[in-house]
Amino acid sequence: MWFYSDKVKELFKNPKNVGEIKDADAVGEVGNIVCGDALRLTLKIDKKTEKILDAKFQTFGCASAIASSSALTEMIKGMTIEEASKITNKDIAEYLGGLPNEKMHCSVMGMEALEAAIANYRGGILKRETAGDEKIICKCFSVTDKKIIRTIKENKLKTVDDVTNYTKAGGGCGRCKPEIEKLLKEFWEKEATKFVWAKEEAKKKLTNLERISLVQQTLEREIRPQLKMDGGDIQLVDVEDKKVYVKFLGACLGCLSTGVTLKAFVEAKLREFVEEDIVVEEVKG
Amino acid sequence: MSKRVYVDNNATTKVAPEVFEAMKPFLTEEYGNPSSMHTFGGKIHRYIDKAREEVAELLGANEPSEIIFTSCGTESDNTAILSTLRSYPDKKHIITTKVEHSAVLNLCNYLETVGYRVTYLGVDNQGLLDLNELKSAIDQDTAIISVMYANNETGVVFPIKEIAEIAKTRGVVFHTDAVQAVGKIPFKLTELPIDLLSLSGHKLHASKGVGALYVRKGTRFTPYLFGGHHEYGRRAGTENVAGIVGLGVAAKLAKEFMEEEVIRVKALRDKLERAILGKISNTRVNGHRELRIPNTTNIGFEFIEGEAILLMLDEKGICASSGSACTSGSLTPSHVLKAMGVPFTFIQGSIRFSLSRYNTDEDIDYIVENLPPIVERLREISPYGKQRVS
Repeated sequence: MWFYSDKVKELFKNPKNVGEIKDADAVGEVGNIVCGDALRLTLKIDKKTEKILDAKFQTFGCASAIASSSALTEMIKGMTIEEASKITNKDIAEYLGGLPNEKMHCSVMGMEALEAAIANYRGGILKRETAGDEKIICKCFSVTDKKIIRTIKENKLKTVDDVTNYTKAGGGCGRCKPEIEKLLKEFWEKEATKFVWAKEEAKKKLTNLERISLVQQTLEREIRPQLKMDGGDIQLVDVEDKKVYVKFLGACLGCLSTGVTLKAFVEAKLREFVEEDIVVEEVKG
Repeated sequence: MSKRVYVDNNATTKVAPEVFEAMKPFLTEEYGNPSSMHTFGGKIHRYIDKAREEVAELLGANEPSEIIFTSCGTESDNTAILSTLRSYPDKKHIITTKVEHSAVLNLCNYLETVGYRVTYLGVDNQGLLDLNELKSAIDQDTAIISVMYANNETGVVFPIKEIAEIAKTRGVVFHTDAVQAVGKIPFKLTELPIDLLSLSGHKLHASKGVGALYVRKGTRFTPYLFGGHHEYGRRAGTENVAGIVGLGVAAKLAKEFMEEEVIRVKALRDKLERAILGKISNTRVNGHRELRIPNTTNIGFEFIEGEAILLMLDEKGICASSGSACTSGSLTPSHVLKAMGVPFTFIQGSIRFSLSRYNTDEDIDYIVENLPPIVERLREISPYGKQRVS
């Protein structure tokens, strides 16, 4: 049993815009009966203003596929092609008051049908399979790497199961799961690099207050627990610009290797988490 | 209460009122532990023994001691297979079918990852096995053959007598998951050389949480659950007394109602099937029409999808189920219908109606009245529907 929102139930029971526009200006068809769902979208467009005057759909699929299609047609009526082209699967899901995770692919199908229709209007068919830079990853449902990466990006997907829920890729024989895993890893590694760069940027602009706070956090989280495991401890005495003054406590007192600990561990950790050029000095007594 | 027509009895059944009455004392005053030394607890054992006799009687078993009570059909299936594998540690081959319930199928999939070899026998487009394929799959290494008695999705009945005899001749342990057959078709274990048989309480009007495993006397057995000496040391865990007592009564009722099941329930099923096939175009029955349990029909509606049909039926208070991808929680349709090669235009729109002795003629009329407009409506919505349906 799926827990559908009231909006999904309503649009499934009484779908709006079912049918086909006879002399349509744009037709978008995605999916097929073997895959378990298919959508045929027909649009009437005002050539001058590029406004969508009417939209109708025919859908083979479950309740959420029918509701997603109906939602899409309601959303785009009255929009210009330009406005409609910005609609994503997330917008469709939001319009429906959310979809169960396993049913997100229904919203993706809506978005794709719209893209196909717009491409058809702009001239000719959207050449999915023939585009040279695309590769079919999931052979059961004919899902390309481009679609997977785009869906990962737009919906911030983290796991293979997520990708399957949103695109169906991997939901058949499952043989492509390692490839999906690879795409996820590559995408998020790239993102992580961007994230690190952003962090480095931020580090350079630390105020003294931020620096002290970060030093304290790092001491608490990364350094003190380690020292305590050996019966020792450390205390922050002062911070002067990039210089951090600390005092060893407990078993660290009188330990011959505090010098090494200070540089190789405490300073290294502070350089890792606070700033590259932190210098740590020990205060005795 | 709003209208409800329940035709999903292969999923679960209504607890028979007689069963519920029999269970009640053991959920209230009679809470003693049958293993206790005092009379208050110890006397409970009598009721469990009685239930054991009633289940043995339904199955036509030689002795009540061949019945072990479990928590469900899945536990019975898992116990049967794992017990046999532990009892024959040198044998690493299992034979089963592609259309088993997941309680067997997923266990076998797992066993493959830990070094077992599994042969999954295929079925033809009627859902039937090729016994020659079974014969040639058996080798020195085969520990167990596990083949279901009747299929939960299509109701197709396998030739269990022949299969059991083949297994016996070749000296291989034979287990059958008879969850969908018990209480629906008559058979006697004295006449069938089955070694292990699984059944589930809630499929025959007992409560959920109770099942049984028949273990023929002389079959090697290693417990699945270790612990106390319950169930003759073969299934540890304090007995689900109320559930077991209820299962006993349900078994007794099933025996009494067997004739009704194979005559009246079958007539209702046939009426429903005929009416649907007659009133709605582009439909087909999935599975062999004759070799079936009497309560089940699986019908494919071309060009539409099962979940949508079910939800529209639900609006009318009709409870059925589907083998479509969308209802299974996975993205692929029923493994049973796929194994049978059901055409792709029908497979997603396959609906199972499974009846019980509580269904009436009016129930069937109600379904026959409400189903055609639903199919018609969905075919209007479907891009494949209108132009192709003749």
